[in-house]
Amino acid sequence: MSDISFVRTEMLPEQDPPASEVGALGWAKHNLFSGAMNSALTVFSILGIYYVLAALVPWAWSPTWNATSLAGCREILHDLGRDGHFSGACWGVINDRWVQLFMGFYPPEHYWRPIAAFILLGVALSPVLFSDQVPAKLIWFTGLYPFLMPWLLWGGSIWVPLMVLAGFVIAYAAYRFVLDKMSELIALIVAVLVAVVWWLFLMGPIAEFVFNIIPIGMEAVGSRKFGGMMLSLTIGVVAIGFSLPIGVVLALGRQSDLLIVKALCVGFIEFIRGVPLITLLFVASTLLNIFMPPGTNFDIIMRVIIMATLFASAYMAEVIRGGLAALPTGQYEGADSLGLDYWQAQRLIIMPQALKISIPGIVSTFIGLFKDTTLVSVIGLLDPLGLSNGIRANAEWNGVVWELYGFIALMFFVFCFSMSRYSMYLERKLQTGHR
Amino acid sequence: MKKTVLLGALTVAGLAAGAAAAGTLDDVKARGTLNCGVTTGLVGFAAPDANGEWAGFDVSICRAVAAAVLGDSKAVEFVPTTGKTRFTALASGEIDMLARNTTWTFSRDVDLKFEFTGVNYYDGQGFMVPKELGVSSAKELDGATVCIQTGTTTELNLADFFRANNISYEPVPIETNAEAQQQYLAGACDVYTTDASGLAATRATFDDPAGHVLLPEIISKEPLGPLVRHGDHEWGDVVRWTLNALVSAEELGVTSANIAEMSAGSNNPEINRLLGSEGTLGEMMGLDADWAKSAVMAGGNYGEIFAKNIGEETPVGLARGLNAQWTNGGLLYSPPFR
Repeated sequence: MSDISFVRTEMLPEQDPPASEVGALGWAKHNLFSGAMNSALTVFSILGIYYVLAALVPWAWSPTWNATSLAGCREILHDLGRDGHFSGACWGVINDRWVQLFMGFYPPEHYWRPIAAFILLGVALSPVLFSDQVPAKLIWFTGLYPFLMPWLLWGGSIWVPLMVLAGFVIAYAAYRFVLDKMSELIALIVAVLVAVVWWLFLMGPIAEFVFNIIPIGMEAVGSRKFGGMMLSLTIGVVAIGFSLPIGVVLALGRQSDLLIVKALCVGFIEFIRGVPLITLLFVASTLLNIFMPPGTNFDIIMRVIIMATLFASAYMAEVIRGGLAALPTGQYEGADSLGLDYWQAQRLIIMPQALKISIPGIVSTFIGLFKDTTLVSVIGLLDPLGLSNGIRANAEWNGVVWELYGFIALMFFVFCFSMSRYSMYLERKLQTGHR
Repeated sequence: MKKTVLLGALTVAGLAAGAAAAGTLDDVKARGTLNCGVTTGLVGFAAPDANGEWAGFDVSICRAVAAAVLGDSKAVEFVPTTGKTRFTALASGEIDMLARNTTWTFSRDVDLKFEFTGVNYYDGQGFMVPKELGVSSAKELDGATVCIQTGTTTELNLADFFRANNISYEPVPIETNAEAQQQYLAGACDVYTTDASGLAATRATFDDPAGHVLLPEIISKEPLGPLVRHGDHEWGDVVRWTLNALVSAEELGVTSANIAEMSAGSNNPEINRLLGSEGTLGEMMGLDADWAKSAVMAGGNYGEIFAKNIGEETPVGLARGLNAQWTNGGLLYSPPFR
């Protein structure tokens, strides 16, 4: 037995991990080259990306921002020694027309109105989207916004939106008044009737009368002046805003035990889902025209918004029904055992959970709807895609294709990507750990 | 049930209102603007500029009619229509007239119940090929691939032409003119065929226009003109004679430059009748005496409108060809103003 012995009495100092395991090199080794197969795939992907960028970047990197026509672009590129069909992008068209692509034919002196409408939209949405970060009182503004937005966009007398708002007040007053004397159902019916009569027959003359005494209003801007991104946003925002509540009601109706309610909801959902959106748009633009008496001026954008809303609601109803179906029966029974009535149970127990489950589906429907607004170019409304055709019809820009489509794609991407990021944020926020 | 009753009531109301409606002319005057259907964009014929002002050959017809009726060439509400929505927009009364490079055909006139009020452009279907193909006649195109817009009369004309000449072709279906340009330039097809005016406009945008030739064959008749609804002849007359006034003005040498002195009175009685210093032609139509003067002042006579929007000085670069005055060997022939 040797008398040389060694027993370490203190710990060795920590050493740096091997260079191949940390930093960029380690990351690359773990994530990109962790095996023969993965290394091969990495190399192929990099080659693929390089191939695309090598074609795209020199094309996009083109100092043509100030050109005033396609010929001008070609001249600039020619002076740089770049010739040929794909020698460079012609960004002058974006410089010349980006305002039009955003605002359409809206009168320039009133540009502040759509801008204000969409900024205020953000304010109005904040209590709904970020309820923990803004004062709760702001929800009152959210309630008023649906009356403010049309007035800002279309202009006209301020008394019209106020009178529409007054309809809700009157209906509520009627509801309370009848409720003292009769049952809830009768009160509800009376309230709805009063409101409809007010809106259809009384509101118009009264609003005009008040306007003649106190003329407060803005210059009216016709629907034909709407175009570009603001048209897409108007249709998209209104349809999104209305399709969610309508979808909830339809989904509940479809689950209802009341035969007629159920039949109506199922019929509506299946009919709308069975018809392509473009068909509904054609109905809105052409068929309704023929049905309605000549001279009736039923706004074309309003018609399109209604059709888009109906279309989205039907899909929304099915998405939410999926959420409802995913809830265990115990939740319903729990609500019953607490003695909650139907609406209380829906509001406090069922809907919060069902909606949370459906968030990805709901947001997908929103994004889909927003992108579907480009279909209106088929019925002659000049959304960004429709306008791109109009822009190309100018002799200066005829032949410019990819630059316009690229710019429009970028605009849509910004909006759709923010929606999808928000939905991920919301899912994280509402995560309760139950899976 | 309720819905049926509602729709029924709407229909009845619609019929009653239709029967009781005043003429389009009165509607336009009462409204103060002319609703004119145009295309959503076609080079030289209708396009919005950066400020949203519409301009073009078809647009000028709208402006001339607005000037004749309302005295203001700016009093036009342009309603962009697509190939699919144009006829319903006119039939339903959403627009008062349609000036949208629409071919005058039997079935559109008779079956769809429209009234074409004349021809403002005589077009025809042509072919464009790259010069390097070495083709000088459409009859040499045996076996060629042809880019063709689907669902148009051009598709049918093409089939007829190739069958009649007993040669074969392979169609490459495309949806829009912009797509066609890209496909053709990328070499997806040897030949691009559409209306000759469209081919000229397309070729003008190419990097190398001289590298492509338009073949001499024109294989169809495409008389394009403004149209109105059947049954309202007063309004039809207004549109027809406004167009005729533009044509006559050119024939008589009345231009936007000399119209002020011409309208003071001239030695030519037809000019005097046209411009309202003699006779009561305007009154017969329910318009002011100087209606034709306003129409010509809106954008010039037919020749000036042609030169400004699609003529040889413009990028579109079309020769007058069939669209010259009859005195110059063309087809433009306005009935007399008498």
